[in-house]
Amino acid sequence: MRHYRVGLAIVAALVLIALTAPLLTALEGQDATGFHPELVNSALGGLPNGALGGISADHWLGVEPGTGRDIFARIVYGAQVSLGVAIGATVVQVLIGTTVGLAAGMGGRLADGLLTRGIDLMMALPELIFAIALLVIVPAGFPRPLLLAGVIGVFGWGGTARLVRAQTLSLRTRDYVAAARLAGAGRVRVARREILPGVVAPVLTYAALLLPGNIVSEAGLSFLGIGVRPPTPSWGQMLSNASVWFRSDPMYVIIPAAAIFLAVLAFTLLGDGVRKAANPRTTGAAS
Amino acid sequence: MTRYLLRRIVETLAVLLLLSACVYAVFYVLPGDPARLICGKICLPDQLTAIHQKLGLDQPLWEQYLHFLQGLVAGRDYSSGPSVNHCPAPCLGYSFQTDQPVTGLLLDRLPVSLSLTLGAAVLWLVIGVGTGLVSGLRPGSLADRALTAVALAGTATPVFVLGLVLLLVFCVYLAWLPFPGYVPLTEDPVAWAQNLLLPWLTLALTTAVVYSRLTRTTLLEILAEDHIRTLRAYGVPERRIIGRHALRGTLTPIITLFGLHVGTVLGSTVLTESLFGLPGLGKLLIDAVNTIDVPVVVGATLLSGFAIVVGNTLADLLYHFADPRVHLT
Repeated sequence: MRHYRVGLAIVAALVLIALTAPLLTALEGQDATGFHPELVNSALGGLPNGALGGISADHWLGVEPGTGRDIFARIVYGAQVSLGVAIGATVVQVLIGTTVGLAAGMGGRLADGLLTRGIDLMMALPELIFAIALLVIVPAGFPRPLLLAGVIGVFGWGGTARLVRAQTLSLRTRDYVAAARLAGAGRVRVARREILPGVVAPVLTYAALLLPGNIVSEAGLSFLGIGVRPPTPSWGQMLSNASVWFRSDPMYVIIPAAAIFLAVLAFTLLGDGVRKAANPRTTGAAS
Repeated sequence: MTRYLLRRIVETLAVLLLLSACVYAVFYVLPGDPARLICGKICLPDQLTAIHQKLGLDQPLWEQYLHFLQGLVAGRDYSSGPSVNHCPAPCLGYSFQTDQPVTGLLLDRLPVSLSLTLGAAVLWLVIGVGTGLVSGLRPGSLADRALTAVALAGTATPVFVLGLVLLLVFCVYLAWLPFPGYVPLTEDPVAWAQNLLLPWLTLALTTAVVYSRLTRTTLLEILAEDHIRTLRAYGVPERRIIGRHALRGTLTPIITLFGLHVGTVLGSTVLTESLFGLPGLGKLLIDAVNTIDVPVVVGATLLSGFAIVVGNTLADLLYHFADPRVHLT
């Protein structure tokens, strides 16, 4: 149980960093998009001046090779994109998954059969490939972070739907639900007033486990160059740029890599902690 | 058995048909003018009309989809006046940007992705199941706790992060390996393996984590079962109990996972291939996305969907051999 506290602390710090990004960069005295050609050595192909990728009192995490943009500022603003998209995607997954799962669980045999098949098909889809493909056909003017959250969410609700359906099927046989039915409540009212409250806790637990995966998805799509568009910074995009520079400027790889690692690790630990707290019996052998 | 096989094949075909209809609908219906998308970023008006004619976009949608299916089974011709582009039997469409049938483009890239996937699959099975057994046989030991910590770190490391770190360590700091390229197996097997070593490790290590955890959990569950206790009471040597009885039980969940993974791995190779610059299916997909070559995107999407569905079916069939208690009905 100690692990989840570490996770919680890091998550809290990350959220704080994301929320106070403008303040932090102002404190450093830099901004995320300003070019500083004087900080890179054009004779060396644009490598930052100074050791360790140009880390100095002015540029706490160094500067980007080529452009001289401040890495600390880009990491801090990148946290907004990373966490924002991941949280947005999780919300989409939970909303769609809960709606479909409730409908399947409360519906008749035909509706349940069709929806369950739909959920199975959804879970069989190669999420990443479909997300990539879908990002092609959406017009360029659409706000990118919103689109990313939507696309990641739309292809990842299968697990939530399955969970909610199973929970609904078990809850609807309870006496209090039968009582509500006898009192004349319709199907929709029963679903909303009687079943939904019982589904909330397991769904939230599951959502905590979905979040780190969504951080990875966003970083992956940005890494492939189809995530957020420059000049908006994102960790995956920084890593993608860094893959060209890794031989000459290793710090430029290590910093965004560490950011992604830390964020995913922290959210995984927190999610695990939430799961164990919600379901104390599985603390043993299950990992 | 034969009846089960037949039913599974029919079911699989039905799912594939549904999948293709969904993919087709999404890409050829949603955007305003598919011809404009197919035509690409720089599009001349006469090119646009030519594509309109070639695709038969004046026909109703279901007819277009039937033509697409017909092309899949029997091949089809894309013609506009003088020029005729023939697209042979499993025709997944025609890439007007590269002026080639999509099927051919995909087949050209397949050996690279297969090399990557199969090599990585062998590695992740060996590493994952191996470490899982080490932890599972001595739960709570130093090795188990160390492996648990490593597994936790592994789940937090996406493919592209691990790949870059491995590149940094092995190609820059230690300089043991050259920067990976791709050499076909038929050309030079040693160079093939040497160049693929880092991509294999990257893909394998990130996947092995899941197998390691699964093997450990399953093994612990099985070792606590009654039949193992009975064997121990009879004085059967521990080595034999584990080797003949416990290991067999751990196979079933591993096979399920493997069937799922081999299918989805086509998706995760997108990241590995674009990181290491391997010219496989994933790279093809990303390039097609960047040039908005919709027929190629549709083809690659369908192929990866097919791989997943077929992988799942094969896993279900393999159950029967791993665990005779599972009846295929």
